[in-house]
Amino acid sequence: MIAEKTETQAGAVMARSESRFKKKMQLFWADVKRSKVSLLFVAPFLLLFTLFIVVPIIISVSLSFSYYNILESPRFIGFSNYKLLFIEDDIFMQAVGITLKFAIITGPIGYIMAFLLAWLISQIPTKYRFFYTLCFYTPSIASGTAMSVVWLYMFAGDRKGLLNHWLIQLGIFDEPFLFLQDIRSIVPVIVIVSLWMSMGVGFLAFLAGLQNVPTDLYEAGDIDGIRNRWQRLWYITVPSVKPQLLFGAVMQVVASLQVFDISVQLVGLPSPLYAGHTILTHLFDYAFIRFEMGYASAIAVVLFLLMMGLNRLIFNLLGRD
Amino acid sequence: MMSRLRSIRRRIDWGGIGLYTFLTAFGLLMLMPLVYLASTALKPISELFLFPPRFFVMNPTMVNFRDLLLVTGTSAVPFIRYIVNSIIVTAGIVGGGVIISALAAYPLAKHNMVFKKFFFDLIVASLMFSPLVLQIPQYLIMSKSGLMNTYFALILPYLAAPVGMFLMVQFLRQIPDALLEAARIDGASEWKIFWSIVMPMLKPAIATFALFSFISAWNDPYPAMVYTTSENMKSLPLAIQTIQGGAGVIARVGTFAAASFLMIIPTLLVFIGTQRMVLQTMAHSGLKE
Repeated sequence: MIAEKTETQAGAVMARSESRFKKKMQLFWADVKRSKVSLLFVAPFLLLFTLFIVVPIIISVSLSFSYYNILESPRFIGFSNYKLLFIEDDIFMQAVGITLKFAIITGPIGYIMAFLLAWLISQIPTKYRFFYTLCFYTPSIASGTAMSVVWLYMFAGDRKGLLNHWLIQLGIFDEPFLFLQDIRSIVPVIVIVSLWMSMGVGFLAFLAGLQNVPTDLYEAGDIDGIRNRWQRLWYITVPSVKPQLLFGAVMQVVASLQVFDISVQLVGLPSPLYAGHTILTHLFDYAFIRFEMGYASAIAVVLFLLMMGLNRLIFNLLGRD
Repeated sequence: MMSRLRSIRRRIDWGGIGLYTFLTAFGLLMLMPLVYLASTALKPISELFLFPPRFFVMNPTMVNFRDLLLVTGTSAVPFIRYIVNSIIVTAGIVGGGVIISALAAYPLAKHNMVFKKFFFDLIVASLMFSPLVLQIPQYLIMSKSGLMNTYFALILPYLAAPVGMFLMVQFLRQIPDALLEAARIDGASEWKIFWSIVMPMLKPAIATFALFSFISAWNDPYPAMVYTTSENMKSLPLAIQTIQGGAGVIARVGTFAAASFLMIIPTLLVFIGTQRMVLQTMAHSGLKE
């Protein structure tokens, strides 16, 4: 009898949960219907977003488990691509190393430089700010392709190269150094050019955030015994622009892991002894030169995970209130 | 006497002088490569290959620009065609992107709709990786759909731009609802509210979106490299790479510099035109967990 009772109870619970589910669905549909207009507004964006961002992620992941050369249809091969990538492909491991080395240098330096310059600019009167903003921001919007004319000349390996000419005049070098061919100088050159271009979206975000820190916060700080610029920067300014700092960090991570243009423009693809080879140049090489789309997709997935992982880490570090 | 000197010394703001000196010196250093580019574009042949190399031009000439428009048209396609291609594609990406993103930003910021948080989280998540990792599937989608070698292939994949979209939603969020409410009470449709109230208010965000999407569309040589095979469809940056002749080749420096100079000028003008509104928008670019 007791068993029977519990059974009916169970039945009732199930029926109740079923009707609750139904009710939920009804509520959900009511929500969708109510939001019909809103959804229509979002539709064009969502369609393109799905087609060119969401679907490609799915295709990438599935292609990374297959052999695909465009001519034949893809063939499932399990983890072979990844195995090949991490165990056999020495050039890939070298590319990962160069990309990380590059990111570890340009990421933090570019980020701190952008913040400090934005902060210094925010210290001067508004009417003079634009000139300096222009000086620092313009390099980041100048086309990498276009600028290569300057870099190729500046770092040229003969006596006519500007840097070589200056260094020889100063007596530092006896003979011209092959900056763009020597494996010791390829990464530093790419780093310098990238740093030159690194005051981008993040820099603007910092600048805008810094201009809008409420002045009464500073006044309150003065009363609370803040003595100098540096204390003010650390205890008041930095916490009030934290959201911009996080946004800038996300942009910086993406930018420093996607180095490609500059490398290809300055040192070529493939670069001498693969000394300027990055994850993205490896991807481009396999995708659009060798047409091994499956293998290239595995590279893309690795890079994707690297970017997402690093950004999650940064969110956890900076995002906490 | 001593006290007067001391008071003068106190009035001189050493920190301020140091600040301006540093900013100006560093600013000029940053501008140097651009100045060099401009100066090279204006150099006559006799100065281009001068030894020792010179930074500034002595006898400026427009001959490189003339060469660019006349001589580089030795192939079947005149140089002006690349410029036109780039203008069409950039205009498509900027114009289309602005409208599509503004339409979507309005309900995401101001309506109480289903999936609102989910959509926004999706956009934030897509800030965290570079669209470059998606180039293979994007290429496959384009080649299967038969859009290769059309302007659509160069425009469509770049219309849904996460960074610009994110900035638009953030900007719209902080605008008070009072006007929208008033319009709703007057019986205006959402469509009408969007065009007559939201769009004007969004102006700074639109300018910002336009700046960023202009820069990336105008500067990126890869769409044309990947999605087109015909010489007719090449864009300006790709054409410049061709003139240059690849890494390590320093031929036709003058024409190359002139083309590069022409390429950078529009981005500069767009930034100068939008900078005030851009800074207004970027103030709301903050990310929170």
